[in-house]
Amino acid sequence: MPVMNIIQAVNDALRLEMKRDERVVVLGEDVGKFGGVFRATQNLQEEFGEERVMDTPLSETGIIATAIGMAIYGLRPVPEIQFVDFIWSAFDQIVSEAAKFRYRSGGQYPCPMTIRTPYGGGIKGGHYHSQSPEAYFTHTAGLKVVIPSGPYDAKGLLLSSIRDEDPVIFMEPKRIYREAREEVPEGEYTVPLGEAKIAREGRDVTLLAWGAMLHTCRKAVEKAAEAGVDVELVDLRTLLPLDIGTVIESVKKTGRVVIAHEAPKTCGYGAELIALVNEKAFTSLAAPPRRVTGYDTPFPYTLEHEYLPDAGRIEEALVETARY
Amino acid sequence: MAAAVQKPNETPLVRVLDDEGRVRDPKRDPEIATGDLKRIYRHMVLLRHLDERLLRMQRQGRLGFYMTSTGEEATQLGSAWALADQDWIFPSYREPGVALWRGYGLEEFFCQLFGNAADPLKGRQMPVHHSVARIHFVSISSPVGTQIPQAVGAARAAQIRRDGVAVATYFGDGATSTSDFHVGLNFAGVWRAPCVFVCRNNGWAISVPLSKQTGSATIAQKAFAYGIPGVRVDGNDALAVASVMREALERARAGEGPTLIEAVTYRRGPHSSSDDPSAYRDPSEPKRWEKRDPVERFRKHLHARELWSEAWEKELVEEIQRDVAAALEAAEAMPPKPPVASMFEDVYREMPWHLAEQRDALQGYLARRGPVGEAH
Repeated sequence: MPVMNIIQAVNDALRLEMKRDERVVVLGEDVGKFGGVFRATQNLQEEFGEERVMDTPLSETGIIATAIGMAIYGLRPVPEIQFVDFIWSAFDQIVSEAAKFRYRSGGQYPCPMTIRTPYGGGIKGGHYHSQSPEAYFTHTAGLKVVIPSGPYDAKGLLLSSIRDEDPVIFMEPKRIYREAREEVPEGEYTVPLGEAKIAREGRDVTLLAWGAMLHTCRKAVEKAAEAGVDVELVDLRTLLPLDIGTVIESVKKTGRVVIAHEAPKTCGYGAELIALVNEKAFTSLAAPPRRVTGYDTPFPYTLEHEYLPDAGRIEEALVETARY
Repeated sequence: MAAAVQKPNETPLVRVLDDEGRVRDPKRDPEIATGDLKRIYRHMVLLRHLDERLLRMQRQGRLGFYMTSTGEEATQLGSAWALADQDWIFPSYREPGVALWRGYGLEEFFCQLFGNAADPLKGRQMPVHHSVARIHFVSISSPVGTQIPQAVGAARAAQIRRDGVAVATYFGDGATSTSDFHVGLNFAGVWRAPCVFVCRNNGWAISVPLSKQTGSATIAQKAFAYGIPGVRVDGNDALAVASVMREALERARAGEGPTLIEAVTYRRGPHSSSDDPSAYRDPSEPKRWEKRDPVERFRKHLHARELWSEAWEKELVEEIQRDVAAALEAAEAMPPKPPVASMFEDVYREMPWHLAEQRDALQGYLARRGPVGEAH
């Protein structure tokens, strides 16, 4: 079985699905001849032609709006937003159009499309190449929000997303695009949307995370183990719809929960997770839920590693929560 | 007269009929078959009748909201005539005539307005936001201009599939100020997408006149910057609109790319039933436009062609009144609300757990406490 990084896994998924389903088209800035600034769409235009792998004019609104038109018409567009930090001009088209087409047309016009976009900090990208805005999208009825943490899931979740009948925001953890490597099957396979994965079983504390944070969390979990704290690490993989069963089952088992995310704290997705835990597992809790997050500031350039949750901050929260 | 007074420009106004309905430019006459001419007139009269009746019903409290087409009937019907059955339409909220022309039924039209149990949109949209997939009349959203680049995407898809479909998108003059308009025309120009942009320049975006919307002398000329043709047409002349629309659609299907059509017309009524033009517009302005009434002009044209008579008019009006009354009665007899559970459907194809949980909670509440009223 070949070893791939996330970029190669995404590229492989796109190629396989374009071969399998001629409705699938890719569009975005620099995705064609150049193969994308991160090379996720490399060689696709060569193989599938300029009509199925389109270099668009430079407009996020245009990329998403035209992708909506294509989806409504019957294609399966996979638009790329080069950095999620550039997505805001298309926010209206995503949350108020793509996400609402099925509903507002009484079910007549589904809008199946997968918006691929790299997110997250740690690459010296400053405010406009580092953000984690998943919570803006998890607040949106009609969207699905998917964030893989490694190559195997990236490929399987991307195939599921493209085949899904609803619009999906597929956020790729760009900090670990090349660093995360693992064996990935060559052919097609899917990882279902809406299913979390227990990345490590443990007894003492449940740690909820997604995307690049998983890797920071693994280090924190090892350090916590040295301190005698046995952590259950849950990779949510899909934030919307959430795999509530796995989350609640784990929290009921451990009685304690810590959430780690890169996004700012206030109204981040961690807030929703804690609310759900309180609603559904309140009597199982032996300690207050904790959040380890980015800060409520704009994403900084020079101080990004102080801004981002690191293994030490997460470890402290795990140990404190375990000993509460 | 914001819409009427245009500065001199390089895109002359295309007209076929003069104000008296006489053909002044036979070369431009689209030579519409007799049956279609009469059908266009019938739909114009129907639209006018609907406007009068439904605005009155809104004032009486029998309808929540309405938007009239008065004065813009020729733009709607002339362009609708030129569209083929397989073509797609990305409409705004002022083209009900296009949907009715293509076979949208009066009863479903009224059920949408009422948002009742038989509303094809299941009570999810305000009145006049029609959506009819079987005639490719795509869903309408209230934010202005969003449909323009979507139409370009659909046109691009049709182009890729080589299935001979053209896409038309409609919008008002206000929409030409949005980024979506710019983006749509730009993408269409690059892709040479089979898309026809129909701008109903009716002079007013709620209270803002065209002169405050753009510094351009015309809207048509904006097309040139995107490398596509811009055409200016008398929007109150159904034959002129039909002629330029047919040409634009033929160009689109022949692979010659998009066209921007500026139909110069006038919004004689309020923006919507919630609007009061007397607060911002000289009442003599709509009065002056009454003299250029598109329905009257088309009637005179039919008369000159001996396709119209007093007797036919009477018969037509009676038939429309009868059809409208019957459809209204049927629509008003429907249960006023769709089932509560339907609120949670079609958010996704399959309902996720959190929606099912919320649905069950609401149904439980209603079962315990009875139906909710309007007052909170």
